[in-house]
Amino acid sequence: MAIELIKPGLATTVQDAGRPGYYHLGIPLSGAMDQESYHQANWLVGNPDSSAVLECTLMAPELCFHADAVLAITGAQTTPKLNGVEVPRNTSFAVKCGDRLSFDFFKLGARLYIAVAGGIDVPLVLGSRSTYGLGAFGGLHGRKLQAGDVLPVGQPIAKPLIGKTLPDTLRLPLCKEVQLRVLPGLYFHRLQDESVQSFFADTWRVAPEADRIGYRYKGGTALKFHERIPPFGAGSDPSNIVDAGYPYGSIQVPAGLEPIILHRDAVSGGGYAMLGTVISADMDLIAQMQPNHNAHFVRVDMAQALAARAERRQRLALQREALS
Amino acid sequence: MSPSIGQGTTLGKARYTFGGDEHVFVEISESMSLPAFFKSMAICTELKKRAVPGVTEICPANASYLVRFDPDVMDPDSMMRCLQDIEASVGAADMDLQTRIIEVPVLYNDPWTHETLMRFRERHQDPTSTDLEYAARINHFKTVDEFIQAHSASPWFVSMVGFVAGLPFLFQMVEQPRQLEVPKYLSPRTDTPKLTLGHGGCFSCIYSVRGAGGYQMFGVTPAPIFDPAQGLPYLKELMVFFKPGDIVKWKPIDRHEYDTIARDVAAGTYQLPIRPVTFSLTAFWADPDTYNQELLQVFHGH
Repeated sequence: MAIELIKPGLATTVQDAGRPGYYHLGIPLSGAMDQESYHQANWLVGNPDSSAVLECTLMAPELCFHADAVLAITGAQTTPKLNGVEVPRNTSFAVKCGDRLSFDFFKLGARLYIAVAGGIDVPLVLGSRSTYGLGAFGGLHGRKLQAGDVLPVGQPIAKPLIGKTLPDTLRLPLCKEVQLRVLPGLYFHRLQDESVQSFFADTWRVAPEADRIGYRYKGGTALKFHERIPPFGAGSDPSNIVDAGYPYGSIQVPAGLEPIILHRDAVSGGGYAMLGTVISADMDLIAQMQPNHNAHFVRVDMAQALAARAERRQRLALQREALS
Repeated sequence: MSPSIGQGTTLGKARYTFGGDEHVFVEISESMSLPAFFKSMAICTELKKRAVPGVTEICPANASYLVRFDPDVMDPDSMMRCLQDIEASVGAADMDLQTRIIEVPVLYNDPWTHETLMRFRERHQDPTSTDLEYAARINHFKTVDEFIQAHSASPWFVSMVGFVAGLPFLFQMVEQPRQLEVPKYLSPRTDTPKLTLGHGGCFSCIYSVRGAGGYQMFGVTPAPIFDPAQGLPYLKELMVFFKPGDIVKWKPIDRHEYDTIARDVAAGTYQLPIRPVTFSLTAFWADPDTYNQELLQVFHGH
């Protein structure tokens, strides 16, 4: 079984649950940016949790199937069409050898996931099939997919069910405006009080520079840091620190101008002060933000972060149960 | 000689802060120093040894470290307490490091970084000179050759690996007044040749892959340090060569040597000179220059 890319889409890559354990060498987690949608897609086609899928960004690819298969599409809201006829999202369906799958533009959301029963069977690199573009490894030849690429598909572990559906009531809705919960910390103390106020009060718009490495936001008030004598090795700008590790989800503001939230292909470290971190429960929401969508940063404490994490875990457990 | 930092420097207690619900960030010191780096390394080494459940990443950095953990396995407060316990337990004895020293060939003033730096001159503090000329002048050297001599004579610690895959940050093993300091470009370049030897602030680096960068460019090494295909003997174990704690000696080479090594690299036969060493911070501070020269003996007559 194989899948051929007729049109590649804007940025289509092979991704899975990620590649932990190598961040100290500058190799980031990678993996699907919206892990919730990624898991849903695999559960719909009966794949194990770590199976690789296609992650499609802002504009989906056109695919041709070289054998019969079972598929599921989750994430961004768009109209999938099999040989020109609409097929449902969030529902498993069968394709025949020679069928073509295409998509409309994305009405909401920024990332679409396509799972196939058996999983995309590219080689494991450091324990994961995820593409890491900057390092040029993982996925298919370490890069975004191109027209003409042929992706191998693995053998399904059991015969997948057709027509399995994830009820809408179990899914989070996609929105154009989201609230991202932030735990202040790291170098938050270096921000001036008025900047603390404005950071949480302003509306921040996703800039065109928003990718798997990080999301940049514009439109809020420039942030001011307390003046200081630069520590040895830090650099002269008040937003500089001695180069340090960057947490996933951490928010840095080079020169105080535009906040950048690091995501799953994060640069692992650098010399910009971070003022806090988006909580783990909200990282999937960032992945579904299109350029020009709005975000509000909401200040939370650790107890609230952990409660939100537990809530997400319970929601995923219910989805999994509904699809098992 | 009396080092301005080191034995005389007492590091305060580290600063602990959460990076969301999955990370603890520990700032050993706001400013860079060898003791801060050693303390970070010692804590990370001990944490790794303890194999604490829930810990998924341990990332030592220049004067800080980052731990990623699963708060469903260990709650954040317990995680932080665990790291504080380790900080309290590391002592002077942990400031010895079993590591390796590597001689990295460098063609300083090479044609490729020269071509690149000329392309981005308008982003530089001093558009009328080269990066090396600028660095030599602001560090009070009479000539570029003297600057290269200072850059390559004393060895460097790999104090952090990251930014992108396999990129080492290096900190020179000399007293602070002798540290070479150069600001980053006014605005980052969109291009840097692969394997460029760069320098920004007090840190040197090797760009493991081609791409954007803001460090001054001094030269280029023919020796790959990151290769997903793992073609060279010293990359067989892992696609990333450098580890925090490695010691590097830059070996200035000429174009002929560069071409010879590049041929061996292409043939897959090139081997970087690598030797095991034990580094003692206490012995180092007693007499850095003599200690460094003894370290470098491993490349001669052994």
